[in-house]
Amino acid sequence: MRNTPVLVDPTGEVEPARREPLARPDSLDGRTVALLDISKARGDVFLDRLHRRLDERGIEVKRYMKPTFARTAPIAVKQQIASEAALVVEGLAD
Amino acid sequence: MTTQLTLVVKRDCPTCTLLEPVYAALAASGIALDVWTQDDPAFPESVPGAFDEGLERSFRLGVEIVPTLIRREDGEETGRTWGWDRAEWERLTGLDSLGADLPPFRPGCGAKNVEPGMPEALAARFGSARLKSRRVPLAPLEDEVEAAYDRGWSDGLPVVPPTEARVLAMLDGTTRDPGEVLGLVPPNLQPCTVEKVAVNAVMAGCKPEYLPLVLAVVEAALDDAFCMHGVLATTYYIGPIVIANGPVRRAIGMNAKGNVLGQGNRANATVGRALQLVVRNVGGGKPQGVDRAALGNPGKYTFCFPEDEEGSAWPPLSESRGAGAGASAVTLFAGYGVMGVVDQDSRTPEALVETFADVFRGLENRNRRNIDAVIVVSPEHDRVFRAGGWSRGDFEAALRTALDEPGHATPKLREGGLLIVRAGGGAGMFSAILPGWAATGPVGSIPVTKEVGT
Repeated sequence: MRNTPVLVDPTGEVEPARREPLARPDSLDGRTVALLDISKARGDVFLDRLHRRLDERGIEVKRYMKPTFARTAPIAVKQQIASEAALVVEGLAD
Repeated sequence: MTTQLTLVVKRDCPTCTLLEPVYAALAASGIALDVWTQDDPAFPESVPGAFDEGLERSFRLGVEIVPTLIRREDGEETGRTWGWDRAEWERLTGLDSLGADLPPFRPGCGAKNVEPGMPEALAARFGSARLKSRRVPLAPLEDEVEAAYDRGWSDGLPVVPPTEARVLAMLDGTTRDPGEVLGLVPPNLQPCTVEKVAVNAVMAGCKPEYLPLVLAVVEAALDDAFCMHGVLATTYYIGPIVIANGPVRRAIGMNAKGNVLGQGNRANATVGRALQLVVRNVGGGKPQGVDRAALGNPGKYTFCFPEDEEGSAWPPLSESRGAGAGASAVTLFAGYGVMGVVDQDSRTPEALVETFADVFRGLENRNRRNIDAVIVVSPEHDRVFRAGGWSRGDFEAALRTALDEPGHATPKLREGGLLIVRAGGGAGMFSAILPGWAATGPVGSIPVTKEVGT
């Protein structure tokens, strides 16, 4: 295995070098939520329940599916989610 | 006073092997001697040596040729010689009849620590303490170019990953201290050291020999008169445009001829890009952040070109702005482009200047006044001015006269805001106007010229 590369920081170093996750939204109002089924057994049960709860709150939901949990999502699926939804909930395990 | 001799040798060098009797004589002289061998721990055979396996000692001693003999008094180096020159060795050691049976002179061999690629690798391994910037370790499988994108360091195009070796090599391009602060970069007003400029110059794709020019460009951008914060934050199209003058243009191979404002020349492309990356990374100035441009312009990736001084009858732009004759200099202008001035018919300066005036009349909005602009005069238009015997001043004066409109107190072109340069390919009666910002002069940006250092 190659050595872990080290880069020299080009920035003014006012922010941490560690990448921060995106901030969570204050509210789901007006935002479309993507539910991503990774094709693992019974993931749909969890996502169906979540879907109903979001429906009850009047939040728009769109459903997506990976063809297999064994691989990362196809680019087309990722691009579709990025184009159509503001947030994504992904069932990661059984 | 303590005298110490240090000797660096390698088996692979015939001169080094020839000098075995000399090494023995040095060891027998009573002077403290330490011997470093670069390739074979069993060499030399006449005296015990230490194996400089990682070449750290050779790197720190700055050895370039073997054998190298260094003399120190109380720890301070007082002299060194390399190769074999009996007289020099005798002078340095104070010993007589060294290598009496040997020829008086033999050239040395290249040291292992200066073989191709080694100086950069050794600098990264043993010299990286020079660098004060934070280090960003990547994950083992993380791609360096993608990592730069992920961390927001890129202008949208791939950047050269700023490894320690590359940054150290870049810093070799200047005599300035890496810790020297050039100024505060807007919008975050972060101190910009020579080192930070070097890191961003690496990412932009600069060679180390471009660095003095890049440093002058950054200094000009950070000059209060240039108003870099406003140039960044405005909703206008503009960005910094860099115009280079003097010997540096040819020294680093800039293109002042065909497609001068276009793509394809490394120095033109990367020097302008380095400034943009400094503003983005050191200053934190990013589009849709503090950069509020409504449209921007493609020159905000990079916009840097040299004047074609050799092809021009006029003195260099930099000299007309106060830089020393023959000095390398940069001029920064806050502008965008490229507005065409097409005239394939005029054969006199008087007719040609009317075409330039026509383009200015319709530029942006007919009511615009107090405009700053760069005019890039193409060779075939320059030929018309030259045939008519017009100086740069004659051209500007005639243009101002042509643009005079009764009833307007404010001139079309701001006094002091017009920069006229000569550049471009030999064929094509097409010049260009690079318009400036709406905020010109003391209320906005004033063009800044700086001489290039070392």
